[in-house]
Parts: sequence; C-alpha cells; structure tokens
Amino acid sequence: MPSLRHIRRRIQSVKSTQKITKAMKMVSAAKLKRAQDAILTARAYAEKLQEVISELAARVETKTHPLLQDREEKKSLLMVVLTSDRGLCGVFNSNLLRQTEAYIREKRQSYGDNISIITVGRKGTEYLRKRNYNVIESLVNVYQKEQYETAREIGEKIIESFISGNADEVVVVYNRFKSAISQVPTFTRLLPVEPIEIPENVPKTEFIYEPDKETLINELLPRNVYIQIHRSILETIASELAARMTAMDNATNNASDMIERLTLLFNKTRQASITKELMEIIGGAEAIKK
Amino acid sequence: MADKFKIEIVTPYGLIVSDEAEELTAPGIVGQITILPGHHPLLTSLKIGELSYKVKGKTEHLAVSWGFAEVTFDKVTVLVETAEKAIDIDLTRAEAAKKRAEERLKALSEDDADYFTAKTSYEKALIRLEVAKRAKQ
Repeated sequence: MPSLRHIRRRIQSVKSTQKITKAMKMVSAAKLKRAQDAILTARAYAEKLQEVISELAARVETKTHPLLQDREEKKSLLMVVLTSDRGLCGVFNSNLLRQTEAYIREKRQSYGDNISIITVGRKGTEYLRKRNYNVIESLVNVYQKEQYETAREIGEKIIESFISGNADEVVVVYNRFKSAISQVPTFTRLLPVEPIEIPENVPKTEFIYEPDKETLINELLPRNVYIQIHRSILETIASELAARMTAMDNATNNASDMIERLTLLFNKTRQASITKELMEIIGGAEAIKK
Repeated sequence: MADKFKIEIVTPYGLIVSDEAEELTAPGIVGQITILPGHHPLLTSLKIGELSYKVKGKTEHLAVSWGFAEVTFDKVTVLVETAEKAIDIDLTRAEAAKKRAEERLKALSEDDADYFTAKTSYEKALIRLEVAKRAKQ
C-alpha cells in the first residue's frame, strides 16, 4: 500500500494538471468564438464565389481555361493536408491523418507513387515525414499570421504545379468545423474545378458580363483556389480550438474523478494507519498489564 | 418598380455592409458604373477604387480592392478582398502608408519583380487616402 505522503503528492500533482487543463479549455473556448465567426463569414464568401463561378463555367467553353482542364490521363496527385501545430486536442490530428493514409492507399492504385503532399501544421508534417510519404513542402506556425497571405502562397504553388503538369489533380484535406463538438475530416478536390451542371428547370437570366466571360473566369478561378484554401485554413483553426476544448473538458473531468478516487484512498489509508497504531498501543498496554 | 435594392458587401474577413440602397457606384474594370434599382443583371470585376452607395439620401464611401459585383434584379452582391469604410480609415496613418508605398515604388524600376506589387499597394494607399478625405468633408 502506498504511503500517505505518496498519495498526498499524487493528489497535488493531479490538481495542478487539472488547473492547466481547465485554463486551456477556457482559452480555447474564448478563442473559438472568434474563429467561429471568421469561418462563418469566410464560408459565405467562398460559397458565393463558388456559385458565381459554377454559373460562369456553365456558360463558357470550359476547355479553354487551363484550371478547368480535366485531363483524361491522370498521372500525379498533389495533396494539401492541414493539421494543427500543437497537440493536446484529442483525436483531432490522428483521426485526420489516419483517414489521409487510407485515402493515399486507395489512390495508390491509380497514381502509383506519384503522390506528393504539402503539409500545413507541425503535427501532420512530423507524422507524414516519419512515415516516408513524399512531403514536398511544409508550412508550420502559419495559423497565427495573415491567413489569406498564406493561402495565396499555397494557392500559387498549387496552380503552378497544376498548369505545368506536375499535378493532374489537387485535393485538400482538412477538418471541417461542423459544430463545437463535431469536426469532420474532409477531402475536397480543388483542381481541376469540378464542372457543375445548372439544373434545367432554373430560369436562366442572361447576364451582362464586364469585361467578358473569359476574362472574368480567368480572374476568378485562381482567386477561387486561394479562397478555398483560406477557408480550409479557417476551418482547421476553428476545428482545432473546438477539439481542444472538448479534449480539455474531458481531461478536467477525468482529473476530478481521479482526485476523488485518490482522496478516498488517502482517507482509507489514513484510517488504516490510525487503526494500526491504536492496535499497537492497545496491544502494548495489554502486554504491560500482564 | 422598387425604388431601392439590397446590397451586400462581403470580404473574406466578414460581411462589411448589408443594407438597402437607392444607388451604388462601383469601380468597374471597364470604367466606373452606377447601378440604380431595376438594373439589368450584370457581372463585372472591380478594380482598386472607391465604392459608394446611397442610403436614404446619405452617401457612404468605401475603399475597395480587387473583387467583383453581381447585380440581379433586386440585389447587388459585392465580393471584394478588402473593403474599408471611410470613417474607419485613419487619415494620418493613410498618409504615412501612401508615402511609404510611394518611396518603395520610386526605388524600383519597371523590370523588377516586385514592381507590380509595389504599384498595387501604392494604388491601394492612394485610394484609401482619397476615401478617408471624403469622410472629413
């Protein structure tokens, strides 16, 4: 049986851990509100843009723009994987990375070894590097900075490798922020732009285009790539905070349970030792009497 | 016919304006355009410039950078990368920013890789300053 002092020390240590997890939970909760607002507005923007583009794409000769080209023979795949920089957020990263691995295994059947990865966030970088995936580029500690600039940087790289033919398909992987308690690993094809059919029954209004459809789509398509990446960055930020909040909430509760158990054990041990001492005293006194 | 229409100005960082306006003037790529209620559907890209709209006879000014505007019969949606209301722009800081951008631009020749970026930021700074001045009037 552990000594009293031992148990007391253990309780103290669990208590201070609980203080940390509690503080982390509060911090995440406070930050989450802002991240949530950011993602909601970014979603509105991204969705509106997507809507306009798909409408436009349906009206122009889609084969004209390089970013719309769906090559018949696809040889290489480029993946952008977004994870967090820091841990202590439950299954946030491991879940996403496990699914990414499964996805890669599946894609290997058609792409062979021509799968390259750009990682954003330290956790994913370390994980995928260690497992010898073809990580061609990694960005860490970018979540605190101007996210749109980062998105543009990544976007430019992607577009370049798509146009030059180094990648025939580009997929972005991130945790979609569904709610504070649910984040879903999501795989979205970024390039080539998925041609969206306008349903027949929707009345088409004939738009005036300035300057003209082709120029417009040339301008919009690259922007759309940036915006979509920007959105996935914001989704990742919000999801990470939400995941950390839940994880830290659980940790705090677990710590409470542990403290309770340890306190019980502490009291039992104390009582046992008192009883033992009493028995010894009584035993001693009895011995003297005789 | 309706005498006003809905306007929404959206940036990646948030919804800047959501209102009902009688008139909207935007820096279209082929020239400044003014939209009145009942305008024919239009999709145009916008360049760096000044956007203004009139609500109940009062005109608001904004500095916007690249984006585009979608006009439908009863609504105008403006999607831009940045949009700043005139009253939110600090005049002295805008002035300083313009000066900085100007100096940077002068130091570069047209062949430099950064020339275009420098020119864009100079244009942005210039517009911000102009719009900020308008708020003071």
